[in-house]
Amino acid sequence: MKTAGNKYGSFIALITLLALLVGVPGYMSSYTVILITNILMYVVLTLSWAIFSAPTGYISLASAAFFGTGVYASALLSSSLPLPVVIVIGGSASFTLAFLVGSLTLRLKGMYFTMFTFGLVELVRNSLHWWEVNITGTVGRIILSADNTAIFYSMVGIFVSVLLVSYLIKRSKFGLALESIGESEEAADHSGVNVTRVKAVTFAVSAFFMGAAGATMSMRWTYIDPTTAFNIQFSFMPVLMAIFGGTGHLYAPIAGATVFSLLEEMLTTKFPYYYMLIFGLIMLAVIRFMPHGLEGVIEKWRHRIKRESIVRI
Amino acid sequence: METQDKEGIYCENMKILEASRLNKRFGGLTAVSSVDLDVKEGEILGLIGPNGAGKTTLFNLLSGALKADSGVIRFKGHDITGLKPHQIARRGIARTFQSVKIFSRMSVIDHVRLGYLFGRLESGGKDEAEREVCEILEFMALASMRDALGRDLILANQKRLEVARALAAKPDLLLLDELMAGLTPTEMAAAMELVKQMGQRGITIVMIEHVMKAIMNICGRIIVLDHGLKLAEGTPEEITENKTVIEVYLGE
Repeated sequence: MKTAGNKYGSFIALITLLALLVGVPGYMSSYTVILITNILMYVVLTLSWAIFSAPTGYISLASAAFFGTGVYASALLSSSLPLPVVIVIGGSASFTLAFLVGSLTLRLKGMYFTMFTFGLVELVRNSLHWWEVNITGTVGRIILSADNTAIFYSMVGIFVSVLLVSYLIKRSKFGLALESIGESEEAADHSGVNVTRVKAVTFAVSAFFMGAAGATMSMRWTYIDPTTAFNIQFSFMPVLMAIFGGTGHLYAPIAGATVFSLLEEMLTTKFPYYYMLIFGLIMLAVIRFMPHGLEGVIEKWRHRIKRESIVRI
Repeated sequence: METQDKEGIYCENMKILEASRLNKRFGGLTAVSSVDLDVKEGEILGLIGPNGAGKTTLFNLLSGALKADSGVIRFKGHDITGLKPHQIARRGIARTFQSVKIFSRMSVIDHVRLGYLFGRLESGGKDEAEREVCEILEFMALASMRDALGRDLILANQKRLEVARALAAKPDLLLLDELMAGLTPTEMAAAMELVKQMGQRGITIVMIEHVMKAIMNICGRIIVLDHGLKLAEGTPEEITENKTVIEVYLGE
């Protein structure tokens, strides 16, 4: 349960953040616009990953498959359709893929599910590669790119949507069902929850936003091939960012993804040769000293000040 | 989807559940063998037998957790054989588990909300829901710990919470799997009182139990299972005097 003042506070924080974001292209350099687009992309991926994986405990590594599907939908359609339509189609394609795959494989539990989702990325990537080489006779595709401001605002729009959907799911009957599934599928099932459908739908909803993000980013890259679109990094990053930030509150994945991608940006520019090494050390330190991520630290600090019981958004 | 008017087929004081010739094998082991089970509306039926007799397997067949190899289960006049657990739950069969399956990081009240929101074919509006949820918490003596997390309750309360979650679905038939196991004598007395009260509210109950005092006290009828077979069936008096039952289960 959440106090009224608290809700008010988060709302104001969100509005302020959005107001700042909307102004970015007006007063910031194009480097900053691109940087923030990139950060928002990771925020969207992490938030959508958390929609499904945080309450259910099913660790999915399929994000890259859904992201890449969006990228390719955009590559095929961006020359003939307006940007928002392309984004919705990219999201819908990922939604469909996730729903089909989820209905078939969400019976798998724990490690088996994770391994399967990892394999899914390879499967989709290789199938597409085969298709491009043997059927269409291309290796990569050149995309008619939109301008950076349009891409930026699209990403802000997707960010707001995924945040809103996460919030609504958390507060709804559906969110309660998801939580119960994460605790005991058997008990949820016998309480009347259609476990398989709830899991498949949620998996698909989370994939929708990943696909939408992919469709948007595709236009920034101008040239894509299956290897860049389905880069497994898009699967691992959301998981790492969620661990780094936490998943108990909605601000946590946002904070995790933001700090993490800023860190990445900083390290790749300052220490191009050692950045993976430093990255690994930071990750180890986080897991060792901040087992609940940034969220754990922030909550501890909030409690010290307010002496209230744990609150959730 | 079943329609409401179809439910008129069964009448009061009739069999609410009819299971005939149920069979379930696990590899070479016959867990349930050709068991017929009739439950009359409003009764409290006890299911006893040695460990491994097939009691919980029978529950799992009735609630859809397992599919019977053969046999038919009819509930309120409809064939429910082969339905999924959530479909059976929504049709009015609720259950608890031998080893409690509560949601450890979910609040007490949310457990009951979940039962209310998902366990019924149709549910009332938001106010109606909250009112009924609170009523159930009061009835189960859980109202004072409504915001506590499942994992923070003691075993007796976790068991009550399971029953509360089941009750929230407004079941016609409640399957209780060893409600008394692990309880102190005082807690057991309270649990027995609870089962009686639920019976008075008109809920049909089938309970698996090893605590004979509880079974003899509460149940109007008892079925004894052994090695998957129905060994005996009758009133508590008949069962205590049955020679085979004494040999196999009760002891001299």
